[in-house]
Amino acid sequence: MKKRYLYLLLLPGVLFLTIFMIIPILLTIGTTFFTESGFSIQGYLDFFRDRYFIEILLTTLRVSLFTTIICILLGFPAAYYISKLKQRKKVIMLLLTIFPLLTSPVVRSFSWMVIIGKNGVVNKLLMGMGLIEKPLDILYTPTAIIIGLVHLFLPLIIVTLVGVMENIETDLLKAAESLGASRLAVFSKVIIPLSVPGLVIGSILVFVGSFTAYTTPALLGGKQRVISTFLYQNAITLNEWQVASIVATIMIAVTVLIISIMNGLAKKLNPKG
Amino acid sequence: MQEKNRGLALFTLLVFLFLLGPLLIISVTSFEGGNILKFPPEEFSLRWYENIFNVEMFLVAFKTSILVSLGGNLLALLLGVPAAYALSRYDFKGKSVINAFFVSPILIPGIVLGFAFLRYIVGTYQLPIYAALFVGHTVIMLPFIIRVISSSLSNFDFSIEEAAESLGASKLGTFFTVVLPNIKSGILAAVMIAFLESFNNVDISVYMTGPGVSTFPIQMLTYVENYFDPTISAISVLLMFITAFFMFIVERLMGLSYFTKR
Repeated sequence: MKKRYLYLLLLPGVLFLTIFMIIPILLTIGTTFFTESGFSIQGYLDFFRDRYFIEILLTTLRVSLFTTIICILLGFPAAYYISKLKQRKKVIMLLLTIFPLLTSPVVRSFSWMVIIGKNGVVNKLLMGMGLIEKPLDILYTPTAIIIGLVHLFLPLIIVTLVGVMENIETDLLKAAESLGASRLAVFSKVIIPLSVPGLVIGSILVFVGSFTAYTTPALLGGKQRVISTFLYQNAITLNEWQVASIVATIMIAVTVLIISIMNGLAKKLNPKG
Repeated sequence: MQEKNRGLALFTLLVFLFLLGPLLIISVTSFEGGNILKFPPEEFSLRWYENIFNVEMFLVAFKTSILVSLGGNLLALLLGVPAAYALSRYDFKGKSVINAFFVSPILIPGIVLGFAFLRYIVGTYQLPIYAALFVGHTVIMLPFIIRVISSSLSNFDFSIEEAAESLGASKLGTFFTVVLPNIKSGILAAVMIAFLESFNNVDISVYMTGPGVSTFPIQMLTYVENYFDPTISAISVLLMFITAFFMFIVERLMGLSYFTKR
């Protein structure tokens, strides 16, 4: 194969992404370090002194962390159960998991507005049972965002974990049990460690996804801003493009940081080395 | 032992109730006969399904979404198929870098990508909004196209291609008569997955709205901000039907493995 042809095949795609993605992204990052008087990180210094912004950043990180933890707690046992099912049942369960994943985030967030709103299903039910006297304010709070995000990303972690757990040899579990390990010991000493790579990948997907999600916080968060809605607000409503560029750069930096930390962790924890 | 499994089964059932319940509830509310979205509905009616077709902005946005997704898909195929072929067929220096490069649009937060498009592709490059929307959607579809087609090519036995060539077929002729027909189900699956990805996209499209230009999900967001009636429920049901149909086809073409491998 002549090198020329190889380059010819790759060139259109590489050029396209460079012009329409890499350059715009690099320019977005680049402009945040330059003012009229040259190189400066003043924009960032002002930013991290702003209590309002710090609050938004912390809320976003907290929401993403809770979402990830809840997804793991709900997803891990469910994935384990699914991975043990017979092929036919497993396929059905996986199809049911993937279906919400492919359904529009607008639809999924809207469904939660119907459920946790003031006149929503949950409030009507609780009031009907006489457990509460006036409707709970769940919608438009960080809790609402977390519920929506867990709903958004739970399928992702289940699917990822099932993929990994399927590859754990049943013989290995039988061997452990025949050597006298209790079920709990098998679970904590064999299944959990062997699932770690999947758990790490799943957690990255959920955390980064929650940190950067727009639709769900925009619909369920109301006035409660997270970093993505803050970026959009600065870009569109306030026309503060310089501020928006700084927020965008911080989002890219956090995303890259999380992915590299977790990747390092995955390498360390992977029992196969 | 049996008892533990029963507990786990119940837990999993509850998890699935959480996942699918909201979609079921929203479907039921679409049949409400009254003016306000309620669960459970008080009278049965299909009037909100009819209403979708009476709201002009939904029809316009639906057309825009379809055109952008199909057009973007076509461009992504033209760029992605040769790239996927080169990446699967040949070993060369820097292959993993190029591979990572083509997947990178997935790693950059969509809401950031959209902003960069607005600022530089609409702003600096001066592309009209419609064209920018189209290019933006191509960028996010490209990784899916390359990934699915690469995995389809990895199952293809390239010695067949060599045989055709040794019998005198041209390089290009072999590609179109031997390689392409063999991976056509992979291409169809790639197109459907990319279509769903583009059709549901909010993060990039939300910046690219102008006079008469808006995609379907963005129009839904705007509608939800202003009205709270069962129209969106009815639309949701239609979108779920489309999703289920596409999923069925992809599952037939590629099996579930596409979704479970990451």
